[in-house]
Amino acid sequence: MSDAAEATSAGGQPTVSKISEAVIRIAGNSQDGIQAIGGFLARLAGRSEQEVMTFMTIPSTISGGPSIFQVRIGSGEVLSAGDDADMLLAFYDHSYTAHLNSLRKGGIVIYDSDHLKPEAIPVENLTKYRHVGVPISSLTVEAIGGTGRDKGKNVYALGLLARMFDLNVPKLHRLLQERFTGKDPKIAETALNAFNAGYNYTLATAPELFQFKPGENVGQAQVVMSGNEALGYGLIAAGVRFGAGYPITPWSDIMELLRRELPKYGGQFQQCEDEIASVSMAIGASWGGRVAVTGSSGPGIALKTEAIGWAVMAEMPLVVVDVQRGGPSTGMPTNIEQSDLNIAVYGGHGDSPRVVIAPSTVEDCFYSAIEAVNIARKYSTPVILVTDQGIATRIEAFKEPDLQKIVQDISPDFSAVTEHKPYDLSAPDGVTRHIAPGTRVASGKYPVVTGLEHDELGHPTGSPKLHIQMTAKRRNKLKKLAAELPTPVVYGPAEGQVLLVSWGSAQGPTQEAVKAARAAGKAVSALHIKYISPLPNDLDKIFEGFSNVFVVELNDEGLNGIGQFGGLLRARYPDRKIRGITKCDGLTWKVREILDRIAALTA
Amino acid sequence: MSEMAFPFAVLPRGINTNATPVAPLTEADRKPLTKKEVSADHPTWCPGCGDFSVLALYFKLIEKRRMHHEKITTVAGIGCSSRFPYFVQAHGAHFIHGRALPFASGVSLSRPDLHVFVFGGDGDAFSIGGNHFTHTARKNVKLTYVVMDNNVYGLTKNQTSPTSPLGYKSKTDAWGSKDRPVNPIKQAICAGATFVARSSSTNPNHVLAMMEQAMDHDGFSFVQILSECVEFYPGAFDNANPRKGGVFAEVPKEHDVTDEYASYRLAEDLSPGKFGVIYKTTRPTKNANEGQIIADHQAKVAGLEPWQILKKNFDRMK
Repeated sequence: MSDAAEATSAGGQPTVSKISEAVIRIAGNSQDGIQAIGGFLARLAGRSEQEVMTFMTIPSTISGGPSIFQVRIGSGEVLSAGDDADMLLAFYDHSYTAHLNSLRKGGIVIYDSDHLKPEAIPVENLTKYRHVGVPISSLTVEAIGGTGRDKGKNVYALGLLARMFDLNVPKLHRLLQERFTGKDPKIAETALNAFNAGYNYTLATAPELFQFKPGENVGQAQVVMSGNEALGYGLIAAGVRFGAGYPITPWSDIMELLRRELPKYGGQFQQCEDEIASVSMAIGASWGGRVAVTGSSGPGIALKTEAIGWAVMAEMPLVVVDVQRGGPSTGMPTNIEQSDLNIAVYGGHGDSPRVVIAPSTVEDCFYSAIEAVNIARKYSTPVILVTDQGIATRIEAFKEPDLQKIVQDISPDFSAVTEHKPYDLSAPDGVTRHIAPGTRVASGKYPVVTGLEHDELGHPTGSPKLHIQMTAKRRNKLKKLAAELPTPVVYGPAEGQVLLVSWGSAQGPTQEAVKAARAAGKAVSALHIKYISPLPNDLDKIFEGFSNVFVVELNDEGLNGIGQFGGLLRARYPDRKIRGITKCDGLTWKVREILDRIAALTA
Repeated sequence: MSEMAFPFAVLPRGINTNATPVAPLTEADRKPLTKKEVSADHPTWCPGCGDFSVLALYFKLIEKRRMHHEKITTVAGIGCSSRFPYFVQAHGAHFIHGRALPFASGVSLSRPDLHVFVFGGDGDAFSIGGNHFTHTARKNVKLTYVVMDNNVYGLTKNQTSPTSPLGYKSKTDAWGSKDRPVNPIKQAICAGATFVARSSSTNPNHVLAMMEQAMDHDGFSFVQILSECVEFYPGAFDNANPRKGGVFAEVPKEHDVTDEYASYRLAEDLSPGKFGVIYKTTRPTKNANEGQIIADHQAKVAGLEPWQILKKNFDRMK
């Protein structure tokens, strides 16, 4: 909310400032419905041609506990959920105390004065931040009646925010109606009453009111969803019709979505007895003729690794989703971390090369799911799609995909063939092709798929020569894929002092750090790498333009003093100028943190 | 944000480019497959192993039931008996240890046109894969699971198996096993299997009859076939072999196979126990239930292309 320049004031009323973006943090308890307010704000931004990004924390307790939802709305480009909030909406004492330091100096805090007494606020806070006390709980009860003090106060608070930021009320009314229309029309009515009461509350004491400049994504139909939703729908668009999984946070949303949606398309998703059964079932369905999906988060991926190794050996197409969380072991189930890169790339016994792709935004989750399916089919290989807790749960608005063009038919072809050798060493493209059971082979020689080293028909062999040839075949097809991968584009000038390399959800904050550094006169650029394994070729040529290459990732520097992706890049390009910028506090990158680390490493 | 660069755009449906298409066969062109046509690699089993008999009877079943070559689907895990798919000239999968059932379930559920046969041993079924045995049975996934039970780990050369009897001396229990063995029949009944049968590799006609009934059962069918390991546990099932002085006692005619408790009691003593169909009931299969869910959901979007169904979801997210 930096450009508060164009302000207007009318007799006795607060000033109205034109802004191009705002970061709003809502803090309460997990049962208060604060995610719902955040969701409404995000959806409104999507419908107002704006960009939006959210960030949330949820306690890993079964019910209750402090929770926050941060939403950053911008009329222009939004790359991260924002370092500091412009506004804090605090429902309780503890929300106020715990989150006041996330507010920028001079920012506004709206607090529920039924919970936090104005006299309890330390004087030094009053000089540092602007305070607005509103008896949210009692005014909500007044507006909608009843004794359910916690029910409806989120919607009341949404009304307050709508007044504060001059949000589009008819659009919000419609969103509320869409959300609450269902069994009982009274519920929608009550929600509207709560909203209107909040909106009509006299904010005469507010220090400042705001108005967003028009959004820049003019004329663009936008959809608003979370990363997990985008990934699930991407798999459906790709033509996946079978999946299997086991519940684990934060992956479960995807399996719930696929279980609910796939039957409409003639497909199914199976909840299995364990992680191993789910990967095995998905592989079985893939052999049945149509690439299937399984997924999990860290601990579950560890359990699946033996079966993924089989898929590498048998060269079976498969998509495995890993929604990373803090590890090792049960770790920090509801926090963000990018520490599964090693298990995704190397997690398997024996030499088991596989494809690893990491989407960076919610929109990218949708398209990467389709890519994963197509790479799995084209190269007959398992593909691991690595996202993280942050990207999985955050909400973004993006251009509505052209579904008619994108949605593909990958139904299997069982036409009879004259003869078939899946592991044909002389195949012109060097890639294994499977025929599904049900396919007649006129020669009468049928293939077997196996985890044993095998000959061209899949029958076991102990031949050293064949093991060498087949190992090379499994490696070379992915080198062929590497040659087809697009070379990533440098964000900023192609030469300079520092190149920040990011993967996954670190892209946004890294690019924002580049903007900030360049504004301060530093020669910093960024390179985002989506294809983790195999890596695209010729990255070293890009590195040549920079004195330093810092790999920004959310994991520990480890025993070798460099993060997991940093280690992978060092193995490929043994260059000491590649160093790591890592952290593992379970939170997303703040732009400031990246800038500080650059300063420390280049001092 | 703009639409992403999209290097791996739509691929054609059939990408098994190594294969040359051939005209389909009419039903009239079909002849019963001969043993020669359905046998592949020479089995790696030891001479005298009971598994040879099971393989021969699988061939006989294929011939007798005039199964189409391409529809024969054989899946196995790891173990001596799990080498099975290599010896059958048909579509086969040799999966990892203990996980043949979930793999086969993936095939069965996504390909209702196929009947999947799963072959394995007692280690695969009741030790490493015990969890899957329970859940595949309870969900009543339509497939046939033939467990060639030799009461010992043979491929790894004589360790105690989950069905080794008390006192069995192996390399891991030189003083004799003290762990209560699994009773596969009781396990199957408790887990919710809808077809449970027993046979012995020494009685070929009986094996064939059991496999045939299992194949015809609409649901999860389980057949335990005693199959002697001549190398590490010779004589294990002599008491069920009349040629060795034992008794091959069939399930009494008066036994009600639909009576779960009577079947459980019938399985009390498996040394040598009774042979035949012990328990059989009908319950909706997982395959049928999923089919119904799909039919119900598709009725609501009848006439819409997949992209139009997805578009409806996206319209709600604007």
